[in-house]
Amino acid sequence: MSNEWPLWEVFIRTKGGLSHRHAGSVRAPDAELALRHARDTYTRRLEGVSLWVVPSAQIVASDPSQGGPLFEPAESKIYRHPTFYHVPDSVKHL
Amino acid sequence: MYTTELQKQPSRPVAESKAEKEPQELVDAFEARVAADEFIEPKDWMPAAYRRTLVRQISQHAHSEIVGMLPEGNWICRAPSLRRKAVLLAKVQDEGGHGLYLYAAAETLGTSREEMIEALHAGKAKYSTIFNYPTLTWADIGAIGWLVDGAAIMNQVPLQRTSYGPYARAMVRVCKEESFHQRQGFEIMMAMANGTPEQKEMAQDALNRWWWPSLMMFGPPDDESPNTAQSMRWRIKRDTNDELRQHFVDVTVPQAEALGLSVPDPKLKFNDKTGHYEFGEIDWSEFWNVVKGEGPVAKERMSARVKAWDEGAWVRDAAAAHAAKQHAAKQAAE
Repeated sequence: MSNEWPLWEVFIRTKGGLSHRHAGSVRAPDAELALRHARDTYTRRLEGVSLWVVPSAQIVASDPSQGGPLFEPAESKIYRHPTFYHVPDSVKHL
Repeated sequence: MYTTELQKQPSRPVAESKAEKEPQELVDAFEARVAADEFIEPKDWMPAAYRRTLVRQISQHAHSEIVGMLPEGNWICRAPSLRRKAVLLAKVQDEGGHGLYLYAAAETLGTSREEMIEALHAGKAKYSTIFNYPTLTWADIGAIGWLVDGAAIMNQVPLQRTSYGPYARAMVRVCKEESFHQRQGFEIMMAMANGTPEQKEMAQDALNRWWWPSLMMFGPPDDESPNTAQSMRWRIKRDTNDELRQHFVDVTVPQAEALGLSVPDPKLKFNDKTGHYEFGEIDWSEFWNVVKGEGPVAKERMSARVKAWDEGAWVRDAAAAHAAKQHAAKQAAE
């Protein structure tokens, strides 16, 4: 039987006010050690002020081959962007 | 640090095996994406040969980082000052970190870390030949940082734009950290070269021994590197071995001059017309012997690695047992 430690995804908040961002992965037997490994592996140079670790198996991802049906419908809806609307230059604060 | 691709045989062409016959429209879409400099991500469709090439290259790269800790680790206790000791410790820790980023990147391709580590310990996986040379004096630590990490940086900078996303992202992180490695090495060389005559001699001796192996780090010449064309087309590699080697010579020779040391190559000369240095023949038979594990200290490196792994087994087992116990206690309480 393989006793390989499970994989965890590591997210770092680089400074207050920013959201956590994916940095990479570590292997660890439990959440506490995953945090310690993440700290040693990804924050040796003050890269962050906060860490998240998430079991990789818990992440649900969209299927890249379904990228078209998922994302393309937004392509034709350019009226969702402010630049779609023509207003006179002379009118301010719009 | 970096290993170039060490496979002497070309990868099997995709169409050769029937089992691997891949839908042409998927292959075409993939080739088009890569040609347009798009990044390929783990769940995207990719040709089996692309996946194989990446697993081999990324795992060799990871192994090189891990084995690369060994020649320098030997010198942590013998570093000449507390400052040098702290610096070397930080550098060795970085190399360990780089190995871990790369194992994680390789794992996204469907190989497991366990498999990769077992292959390394069983002597089935390659790692950079450079680590199979001994580190005889403190000046070697300077020469490794300056030349070996310098060559590594030259190899790794273009890999930040390699077509496989997780590999490219790992390289961005590695490159950010690597430049201190080279500078601390050069600083050691400077201190030695400006020290006593004996120290200067040690620095020259280290340059003499590490120069040619560093040039070999870029891999076989282009006309003997069967995978280069395919890897360039797939944007796994962005420059050829010979291009990178030339660039390394061009930037490093003036650095040696600044140190007041001489590069051990009687044929080395600057060509005014091309703006490049010309240099002597590389002894490739030595390179291939070292690849085959015949380097002066290949056996020593692997036995040190296996010993460290085996002696750490109880820690890994205890951590796993603790995790299982905590998990069971938590479930019982619920």
